[in-house]
Amino acid sequence: MAKVLVVTSGKGGVGKTTSTAALGAALAQTGQNVVVVDFDVGLRNLDLVMGAERRVVFDLINVVQGDAKLSQALIRDKRVETLSILPASQTRDKDALTADGVERVINELREKFDWIVCDSPAGIERGAQLAMYHADEAVVVTNPEVSSVRDSDRIIGLLDSTTAKAKAGEKINKHLLLTRYDQARAARGEMLRVEDVLEILSIPLIGIIPESEEVLRASNLGSPVTLSNPDSAPARAYFDAVRRLQGENLEMQVPTDRKSLFSKLFKWRFA
Amino acid sequence: MSEPNALPVPHDDASRPLPAQQIRARGRSFMALVLSPEPPLVGWVAALDAQIAKSAAFFDAKPVILDCGLLTADEDGLSDLVPALLERGIRLIEIEGADPQWPATADWEWPRGYSGGRAVGAVEIPEEALPPPPDPARASLVIDEPVRSGRSVSFPEGDVIIIGSVASGAEITAGGSIHVYGTLRGRALAGVGGNSSARILCRRMNAELIAIDGFYMTADDMPAERIGQAIQARLDGESLVLLPID
Repeated sequence: MAKVLVVTSGKGGVGKTTSTAALGAALAQTGQNVVVVDFDVGLRNLDLVMGAERRVVFDLINVVQGDAKLSQALIRDKRVETLSILPASQTRDKDALTADGVERVINELREKFDWIVCDSPAGIERGAQLAMYHADEAVVVTNPEVSSVRDSDRIIGLLDSTTAKAKAGEKINKHLLLTRYDQARAARGEMLRVEDVLEILSIPLIGIIPESEEVLRASNLGSPVTLSNPDSAPARAYFDAVRRLQGENLEMQVPTDRKSLFSKLFKWRFA
Repeated sequence: MSEPNALPVPHDDASRPLPAQQIRARGRSFMALVLSPEPPLVGWVAALDAQIAKSAAFFDAKPVILDCGLLTADEDGLSDLVPALLERGIRLIEIEGADPQWPATADWEWPRGYSGGRAVGAVEIPEEALPPPPDPARASLVIDEPVRSGRSVSFPEGDVIIIGSVASGAEITAGGSIHVYGTLRGRALAGVGGNSSARILCRRMNAELIAIDGFYMTADDMPAERIGQAIQARLDGESLVLLPID
């Protein structure tokens, strides 16, 4: 049965697109058919992070409006053959998306893929609402920082009240993904601790993604961090998150950069 | 001695006139129903009876405006219309579209009427009888999940009990007391509608604003030692008092 997963947050810039790409690629590497869909019409980023920006011919709006078939708009990833991307339009805006059109596209995608990962735009307006409407599961991306936490709480409220599942009286499975986590700063009290965030949001945690330069590097290379550098700390955290998403009961830990630990050892030896 | 009908000015013990008291006024909105009878009136009254039989409580609690715009001065049965409505317990607050000079309306009881109404659109009259209004002494709303940011819970009929926390940016409004079995981080307004004995209770007080019967206190004004504690808030005269529970 196909699953629609929305990656949302409320707050902008916390790591939704990065996480959509990383989680999508990690899921596809398990052999499942995955499509990542960009719902940020007019400000599209998913195609850049996936390295597909030079191959975009048709987009989600074209398909919604019937100007193109879904198969014409889908772009197959060059590195993982079970991974595809459905980009957003850069020239139009969110008003071009219609609820019926999105429903049609999602239903068609359900026939072709095991996972449909929807990259939500920031905010709580139409774009974000349409991205979450058909979701079966949700990943709520949050930075350990007060405004991000409050916005995530708002989004959780919307997931519980405005989605198709909520209206049918069912609850969407919501998973917390804590991103840009800096252990040292949390210890110094400059960042919210994991327990504080969990106490406020009260949804199960599927991963803690450490702050890392690898993420920016991957994004500039046009590759999800789980493909460009699977051994890096953030990539390993994303792989763990995908295992938890599929039901595995993995102990929570924050991966650290193995490289820097090694170089520290090295330095100490030759002091 | 001034005009014979002037009210005496209150004085204190030393016979000094007390400062004039302030009158506090608050708004409350109701929705009035507009009934527009159509000819033939006999048939319309029969239809009204049928509707009342199906949902008596619906008309019982509502202020009604009679709009005679669809009727003429010599409409058959016009003179019996208002008595018929009053007989059925309809609470007329205004009559429009009819002239007291008409012979048919000569015996009508004309209500005084109100100014400034706004049309709100069609109202559907329910098919089944409305459930009886909740007993105010026992009405309570129980929410057993956290109240998320941006959600606004309103229950003027009684107490609100939340088994969970109330997020920053959420708002609870209750006619009675508010009980939060968790951390209160949002706004809690209790005793709405004039209940000054309402309380606000929570496991951890981190509220942005609390109010009882219109008197409010923001987070800034809360005594520092009460923040983060298990607290009962009550109204003492015109100010809110935060007392520890435990």
